[in-house]
Amino acid sequence: MAASTLTLDRPAAKSSAREWKSHIFVSLAVIANTLGNFLLSVGMRPMDFQPWGSPLQYLRIFANPWIDVGVVLLLVWFAAQLSLLSWADLSYVLPITAASYVLTAVLGKVFLHEFISLSRWFGILAISMGVLLVIGTSPRARLGAREILP
Amino acid sequence: MTPWLLLLISVLSGTAGDLLTAKGMRDHGEIDDFRPGAVLRVARWLAHNLHMVTGILAQAVSFFSFVALLGVAELSFAVPATALGNVVKTLFAKMFLREHVCWRRWAGALLVTVGVILVSI
Repeated sequence: MAASTLTLDRPAAKSSAREWKSHIFVSLAVIANTLGNFLLSVGMRPMDFQPWGSPLQYLRIFANPWIDVGVVLLLVWFAAQLSLLSWADLSYVLPITAASYVLTAVLGKVFLHEFISLSRWFGILAISMGVLLVIGTSPRARLGAREILP
Repeated sequence: MTPWLLLLISVLSGTAGDLLTAKGMRDHGEIDDFRPGAVLRVARWLAHNLHMVTGILAQAVSFFSFVALLGVAELSFAVPATALGNVVKTLFAKMFLREHVCWRRWAGALLVTVGVILVSI
């Protein structure tokens, strides 16, 4: 009896732990991506930057602390997203990390006092609904089928 | 012609990049240890994984073609158009990575794509 309870419980406990881990890493990826992009935009705004200008410009960018922190946050985002993919499906990770679009709009409204039009509000609503739908699914839903990528 | 070609390159290389990096991470297996030494070992392992290396190269191609697209088209065209990649990636994840894409994930991918289009136009 005890043995059968154990074997039944173990996969359930593992999948629940995996869901918790997924939620933590999704939050980390979304927050790091949003703040990273936000800081890059704050740092780039006052600069007179010409994309096709001298290569020295690209080095000078890193003298700006906002940009340095932004780049570090984007590295955190990349690492979190890759870690997530080591146990979660791509079709789970992609829609959920789109939550950063919503967070970006909120940051823009709160800190930069940007105007959000009606169509943007509907877009934010659609993304939020999509994220909520996908986050309710199991992070890895493959049922042992073999991949056909070499 | 040029914007459409750049869009095609960006979406296709972005899709290939995401599929290949996802495959590379799956080759490695679930990461459970997040201490610095262990993370460094994972990074070294990934640097020798063909899927991961080609995936990152493909993502770089996607990024630079997106930047080039911004040079010839407006942001309000570039962002919604590349958001369509979400649906293509979900389809390919089902076909090539054999993911079980239930109706909630399809609906989620579609809602996110529609949402990104609405937010950026």
